[in-house]
Amino acid sequence: MTNLLMLIPVALVLGGLGLVAFLWALKSGQFEDLDGAANRILFDYEDPRGKDEDENPPAQR
Amino acid sequence: MVSCAHCGSEVGAASAAGPDFCCRGCQAAYALVRGMGLDQYYRRRCIDPAQRPLKPDEEIGPVDFEPHVHLGADGIAVLHLMVEGMQCAACVWLIESLLGRQPGVVEGRLNMTTRRLVVRWRPGENNANAILAPLGAVGYRLLPYDPQRLGQEAARNEKELLRALAVAGFAAGNVMLFSISIWAGDDGSMDWATRSLFHWISALIALPAVVYCLRPFARSALVALKAGRANMDVPITIAVTLTAAMSLWETIVGGHHAYFDAAVSLLFFLLVGRYLDSRARGRARSAAEHLLSLGATVVTVLEADGTRRLISPDQVGVGATILVAAGDRIGVDGTVIDGHSELDTSLLTGETVPVPAAPGTAVFAGTLNLSAALRLTARAVGESTLLAEIVRMMEVAEQGRARYVAVADRISRYYAPVVHLLGLATFFGWELFSSTPWQVALLYAVSVLIITCPCALALAVPVVQVVASGRLLRQGILLKSPTAQERLAAVDTVVFDKTGTLTIGRPELLPGDWTEDELHLAASIAGASKHPVARALLRACPGAEVAAGVREVPGCGLEAGAVRLGGRRWLGLEGEADREVGPELFLLRPDQPPVRFHFADQPRSDAAEVVAALRRRGYRVELLSGDRAVTVEAVAGALGIDRWQAGCSPAAKCDRLNELAAEGRKVLMVGDGLNDAPALALAHVSMSPSTAIDVSQTAADIIFQGHRLMPVLEAMAVARKAHALVRQNFGLALAYNLCTIPLAITGMVTPLIAAISMSASSVVVIVNALRLSRGRLR
Repeated sequence: MTNLLMLIPVALVLGGLGLVAFLWALKSGQFEDLDGAANRILFDYEDPRGKDEDENPPAQR
Repeated sequence: MVSCAHCGSEVGAASAAGPDFCCRGCQAAYALVRGMGLDQYYRRRCIDPAQRPLKPDEEIGPVDFEPHVHLGADGIAVLHLMVEGMQCAACVWLIESLLGRQPGVVEGRLNMTTRRLVVRWRPGENNANAILAPLGAVGYRLLPYDPQRLGQEAARNEKELLRALAVAGFAAGNVMLFSISIWAGDDGSMDWATRSLFHWISALIALPAVVYCLRPFARSALVALKAGRANMDVPITIAVTLTAAMSLWETIVGGHHAYFDAAVSLLFFLLVGRYLDSRARGRARSAAEHLLSLGATVVTVLEADGTRRLISPDQVGVGATILVAAGDRIGVDGTVIDGHSELDTSLLTGETVPVPAAPGTAVFAGTLNLSAALRLTARAVGESTLLAEIVRMMEVAEQGRARYVAVADRISRYYAPVVHLLGLATFFGWELFSSTPWQVALLYAVSVLIITCPCALALAVPVVQVVASGRLLRQGILLKSPTAQERLAAVDTVVFDKTGTLTIGRPELLPGDWTEDELHLAASIAGASKHPVARALLRACPGAEVAAGVREVPGCGLEAGAVRLGGRRWLGLEGEADREVGPELFLLRPDQPPVRFHFADQPRSDAAEVVAALRRRGYRVELLSGDRAVTVEAVAGALGIDRWQAGCSPAAKCDRLNELAAEGRKVLMVGDGLNDAPALALAHVSMSPSTAIDVSQTAADIIFQGHRLMPVLEAMAVARKAHALVRQNFGLALAYNLCTIPLAITGMVTPLIAAISMSASSVVVIVNALRLSRGRLR
């Protein structure tokens, strides 16, 4: 019974953490562009004003 | 076939830009991308055939983005743009990389889902036009928009729903943990104290969640009640409130009947339906809105002191002098005082052949000035233009359609009172005809309300609509109006406009009596002009070099030394000018017989197929056009349409639609021109291609993208299937109610039965709707 009494708040806190994380993600715009995020990882992005050399020259395909 | 290394479209045999490119624009774009070291784009991309090919647009002049720039509080300039021509994720990379290399750019971020681009830069170091120039050169079309004007309200509502959905999901999951324990211990293995504790914990989780998540429904229910109506949200609000209150009471007195799980899981499912509904509609709406925000035209007014001023059309005073450059759309009604040109009036009249304009000619807002600059006196502006008149006709027609009530609302109008009466009857039945205490009678009455709560009604229709509109959206078909799908399912007659709808809307060269050399010569002369017929000649012979020393005689034709290319009258040729179907051009060389080039507005590639398929499925197909009878007859004949009317004014189109409606027909109107707008608004349901002008896009319920007409068929098939699924879902919901209402009235519903039946009915309805998302439709 004592275990149970401990587990109940633990379960609620864990669930609550998930809820808070979701609400935070929603607020900070994580769901604005789902397609883009999935594809963005496939491309090498460079620093906006940084180097301008292509890392994969077309010769070595 | 060789495809262009840049845009992927077919390379003509004699391309001016060599064997690898279809045009010089693509060649330049390729060089630009390579020069930037971004040519891995070409290896990574996959071309989306549904999108506009990535071809630099020669016919559109430079766009000035500066007026649309906003200056942020931190001194950073911001510009919001819609991007057209995006093919895949590689385009996102290319665009962001191109922007990132411009000096002064702080951030360029493209949202792939909404195709909206936000650029931020330090205004001291660069300007908007320089930053965006490479994107235009590569072939993307950029359209500035004002984020303030685009569905902020809807986005906020959607976020609120999603938050409520998350809270309801959390509460439902956790309350269910306790409920299952309680049900498992229902045989007596759980003592009273534990059960009471679990009920109290459930109450602590569920009550705040109910209060928070019920707000969207309660608000809408209050609005409806204030207006003296009952909508679906009224029974939902009452049922959930009563359930929560009763469960709390049971918990306080230590009873069995705590329905916290039912209350929150009901809310959860309803919120799922509500959220999906708002999301699908919001996406279609925002896409439609961006299309609408494009055509902000400006008028060049020539002041008395000779200065030019750019102002919006509604600020122009009557009598003002207005300059219209070649290629510009005329913004006001007026009279020509200087200049000779030709006008494309197809938006107003549907006529494809350009109309000549000379001093004294009356011109109308919405027409396109083709060949030379004109000077006009404004005769009517703003509300009194022909354009405004057409818009007014459209608004009047639209009011009739606003009365259409969605099927779910129609049903809930009868459903809500019945449910409440059943609840009342249950209460008084138990109270009067048995010796049960009033608390128990109230409990039974509330369980009737819970069980009959229109979960399926609230979920069945939105889920089907979301799945259907998602399927359509993937194919570039946008549903603007929430009831469009239901209305589309009832259609039995399809009325098409001709120019720009059944046809491409621009002339194409027809095969004729000329040699390759003559075509080549004519095309090289035509290359100097922006006249649509000249462009068509150039398209027919893409390899032609533009000849030097060509002089354009406005309203007449082109001269290159002794060689002349132009109309029959200008060249002094005899013959019947009336019989021809489309525009014609003559090439006149010294001492040689004239060569005739003949043009016609060709039907879309799949128009005949679509018309045939519509007829096969039993639809009646009609053609209403503002064009001349010969032209309309030719197109109707080619496509196999036997009912057609030519020379229709906007009012005549409306009359015909009224006739059809009086015969009891439900008409789908497909059109794109300004002259179609009133008819589009009047028809039972209407569609417009996304190339249509703003007014018709506003009037139409459905907008489709692409060069093909197939979306019309697809939309109708999906609408019919969706209609069938909605009916099935109502059937399922009814069957479920027939099983459970007797149980509830006789007081046999336990919290377990309520929870299971509630979830089961929702899941069945959702699964049934999902059948629409895949597979071929007939």
